This record gives sequence, structure tokens and C-alpha cells, in this order.
Amino acid sequence: MIKKATITGLLFSSPFLIGFALFTLYPIGASLVYSFTDFNMFKSPTWVGFDNYRWVFQEDEVWKSIRNTLYMVAFATPISLIVGLLLAQMLNIKVRGQSIYRTLFYIPSIVPAIATSLVWMWVLNPKSGLINTALDYIGIRGPNWLLDPVWTKPALIMMGAWGAGGTMIIFLAALQDVPRSLYESAEIDGAGKVRKFMNITLPTISPIILFQLIIGLITYFQYFAQAFMVASMSNSGSVQTMAGPEKSLLFYAILLYREAFVDFRMGHASAMAWVLFVITSVVTYVIFRTSNRWVTYGGD
Amino acid sequence: MSSATSAFSRRFRTGGQYRRFLSHVLLTAFSFVFVTPILWLLVTSIKSDKDLYAIPPVFFPKHPRWENYADVFKVIDFPGMTWNTFLVSALSVIGVLISAPLVAYACSHIEWRGKNIVFAIVIGTLLLPYQVTMIPTYIIWGKLGLIGTYVPLVLPAFLSAGAGYYIFMLRQFFMTLPVSLVQAAKIDGASEMRIYLQILLPLCKPIIATVGVLLFLATWSDFLGPLLYLNNEKDYTLSLGLYSFMQTHYIMWEKLMAAAAMFTVPIIVLFFFAQKQLIEGIKLTGIKG
Repeated sequence: MIKKATITGLLFSSPFLIGFALFTLYPIGASLVYSFTDFNMFKSPTWVGFDNYRWVFQEDEVWKSIRNTLYMVAFATPISLIVGLLLAQMLNIKVRGQSIYRTLFYIPSIVPAIATSLVWMWVLNPKSGLINTALDYIGIRGPNWLLDPVWTKPALIMMGAWGAGGTMIIFLAALQDVPRSLYESAEIDGAGKVRKFMNITLPTISPIILFQLIIGLITYFQYFAQAFMVASMSNSGSVQTMAGPEKSLLFYAILLYREAFVDFRMGHASAMAWVLFVITSVVTYVIFRTSNRWVTYGGD
Repeated sequence: MSSATSAFSRRFRTGGQYRRFLSHVLLTAFSFVFVTPILWLLVTSIKSDKDLYAIPPVFFPKHPRWENYADVFKVIDFPGMTWNTFLVSALSVIGVLISAPLVAYACSHIEWRGKNIVFAIVIGTLLLPYQVTMIPTYIIWGKLGLIGTYVPLVLPAFLSAGAGYYIFMLRQFFMTLPVSLVQAAKIDGASEMRIYLQILLPLCKPIIATVGVLLFLATWSDFLGPLLYLNNEKDYTLSLGLYSFMQTHYIMWEKLMAAAAMFTVPIIVLFFFAQKQLIEGIKLTGIKG
């Protein structure tokens, strides 16, 4: 006999479980199958074995997009985390107007991605943009941000850091939870600001750093909207390639989208999706497994 | 002894004042950096095309050109797109707020065999890239003839699909509620559904409001979903509308900025109303630890 609690549990979970089956489990299976087929959505798929995976590993554009994406993952993730933590740390003191500052830091993070890109394309305009005008005043000739392949990704990283307010709010809540007594006893031991931050603040909030790090990594592995907008704007390279100057904005998710919905090569795109799945799983797993070296789960 | 204490406290106090002043300077400088792009957006939206590239640059135009906004209205159906975006966002919020707390409850206060399994699935969906499910899901909707409608954007929300993060938030909050509360009600013979509806949900208003606001912000800004599923301009959401507007008007920055301002300002206004809720709610959840 099935226990009553089991039935209740199943009932309460059923909307989610049905959704999971329809929109996650089935698609995972189907995309695995598609990844071994030649499929353009108009004719039924034909089996091609590992051809699509061979394509993924041999195609220059895929490697280019992997390099571009890893660049964002490696720099944008930590920079956004550090900016978020820095802002939170600055706010975590009793100053008048704290909530006003907090609001001002937070607002950019709720500006929709498409609008963010648009604003920054204008702010970064090489001639009359805010940043290059400011650089001009101090005698620096600013780069041609979104048209120079060296500077396109740093520009996007800057955009990401501008939106670090969401991370900041979570870090701020965590910082406010660090027990005062810990700091007080450290002060008695003569610890300075830096040592208190390194020895008390960071270890105490390390579980949240881990969580934010993983969410950040996953976000940047799937980096799409902002780059898509910028890439279809920069006139070098037609809209169809969506790659930006010298393919410097050809990110993995953008190439995957192009293969699937512009060129209708569902097999290629599905193989790419599975490679992405494996990469993100491995990275997440490695971070989890090595996290016990720096994450402390202290009961307080 | 007492003189030493007072000397110490005096030093401490002046040190505190100095430090406070310094942090105001820092905070103001950073605020300036974070707010300026938005101000730049707003002032550009009322510039004439002459002011746009003026040298030296003008910050605030002498003759504000409000017609830029009217021009946007002439080119794109702004009220229509705002309504579309609102509709999709509101329905998604309703869908998730109906279905997500149910599963969050099943993962926290119901003692059953699947409790941890379901929670593990929720976390698993958080880590799954959208790209893996994107293509088969698109093909399903295609076969059902629903591409070009709002169904693919809204219906999954009612089954909490893609809502892993919000389920996680809700579940973490539910875990902070005392078990005794639920047990006492059970001893009184209340059914799980009654406990859920009459005891749990009323206690969860703050966190539910927070989830609602976060989700509203996320769907309001969503780009990839509408890009995949909407193909008639009259159905476009603001993200998609702004994107296509940009493709046709990409040198008319003053009009682009006017459109971007109309897209962004409502969401900032919403944030001002929901601010306290949002921040309190984030403090309440276990997301922070």
C-alpha cells in the first residue's frame, strides 16, 4: 500500500513534475537523439552517427565561439562577483542615505538586457560617447570600443559589472548576517580591516560566494542577449553572421542559435547543446568538489 | 583608567567620523558611475540630432526635443507592445506563483519518500543550460501549431518549467518555518491542502511577493523567448520591438534612447514601489546562506 504522505507529496509536486517531464526530460532525450541526426525541421531526421560531434570539434567557428565564451566566463564572472561584493561591503556600514545608495547601485541590474546594450552602445560611441569624451578630457584617446575586436569583450564585461546590483543585494544580506561577535573578538586580537575581511567575512559568506559563482558561470556560458544585440548592430559583419567585428562577439549560444534558427541545422545545434551541457556539468562538478577547500559551512 | 577610556573613545569617534566621510565620498563616486549611463540615456532621448554629435558635447540640451517620443510612437506600436509585454509577464507570474509554492511545500514540510528526489530535480534544472531543451521544445510547439502565439511563453510557467530558482527560494523560506506549526495543525486533523492554504501561504506573503517581483522583472526583460516564438510585429514584446526598431533606425540615437527610456522607466518605477518588499524578501530566503 502506498503511504498517504506519498500521495500528498506527489499531488503537490505534480504540476512541477508534469512540467519537468514535458519541458525538460523529454527535450533532453529528444535533443540527444537529434544530435545524431541530420535534421532541418522540414524533413524528418536522418541518422548520421557522430557526424555532428565531429563537426563541432573540427569547425573553426565553434572553437572561436568557445574561446570567446571562455573569455567571458573567466573574466566577467569573477569581475561581476567582485564588484557585487565590493558594493555590498561599502554599503554594509551605518551611513545616512544607505538605502539611497543601495537603490542607485541596484537599478542598473533591472534595466532589461536589450536596453542595457543599447544604452552602452551609445555610452561607448567612439566619437561622442560618454566614456571616450571623459577619457579625452584627461588626454587619453579612447578605443573604438564596439568595433575593435580587442575591446568588444572588455566592453561587455563592463556592461556586466554595471549590472552587478543583483549580486550585491544578496551579498549585502549575507554580510548583515555575519555575527558581530566574531568581529569583536577579532578586534580584541588586534586584527585590522583587511584581516577581518579575509579571516572572518570571506569564510562566513563563502557558501553564498559559491552559489553566486555557479549561477554566474552558468549565466555566462549561455551569454546571449546583450552580445546578440551588440553584434547585430556593429555594421562590420552582416546581421546574418551575428558575430561582431572579426567574430569577436561570436559566443557559443549565438552560434548555436544561428545554426538552429537561421541555418536550420538542428543536428549541429543539438550536438553543440550537448557539448555545452557536458562542459557546464564538468565545470560545476569540479567547483563543487574543490569547494570544500574554501567554503566553510559553520553553524552559528 | 577613565582618562585612558575617554581618550580611546575620542580617538575612536573622530576616526569614525573620518571613516564615515570617506565612505560617503566613495559611495557617491560609485553612485555617479552607476547612475550616469541612465541619465545619459534620458538626456539623449530629448536631444535633437544636432546636439547628438555636438563638440564639445552637450549634457542637457538647450532646447529639449520631446518630439522624439512622439516619433517613436509613430514608428512602432508602443502601447500595444507594452500591453503584450505586460500580458506575458503577468501570466507567467501568476503561473509560477500558483505552481511553484506547491512543489516547494512538497520539498519542505511533507514527509514523503520523494521529498529529496524532487528537490534534487529542482536543483538539477537550475544547472541545465536552456540551449539543451530549446530545440525540441520549439519543435513540439511547432507541431502543435502554437508558434507565433503566447502559449509557448506562458504555459510552461503554470507547470513551473524554468522556475527552478524561484522554487529554490520558496523552499528555502519554507524551511525556516517551524515544523511544530505544521504538526500542530496535523494533530488537529487538518488536511495538507488546508495547512498549505490557510497556514503556510498566509505566512509566506512576503516571499511570494518577492518571487513575483523578481519573476516579473525577468520576464519583462526576456529576449530569447520572444525572439524564438513571436513572428508578427503586432505580437512583439518590448525587448523584441526595441531590437527590431534598432535594426531599422540604428543611427537615430535620440529616437532609440527615447524608446529605451520608455522601456526602462516603467520597470524602475515598479522597482521603487516594490523595493522594500524585494530586499526584505531576499533577506528572508536562504539564498544568502
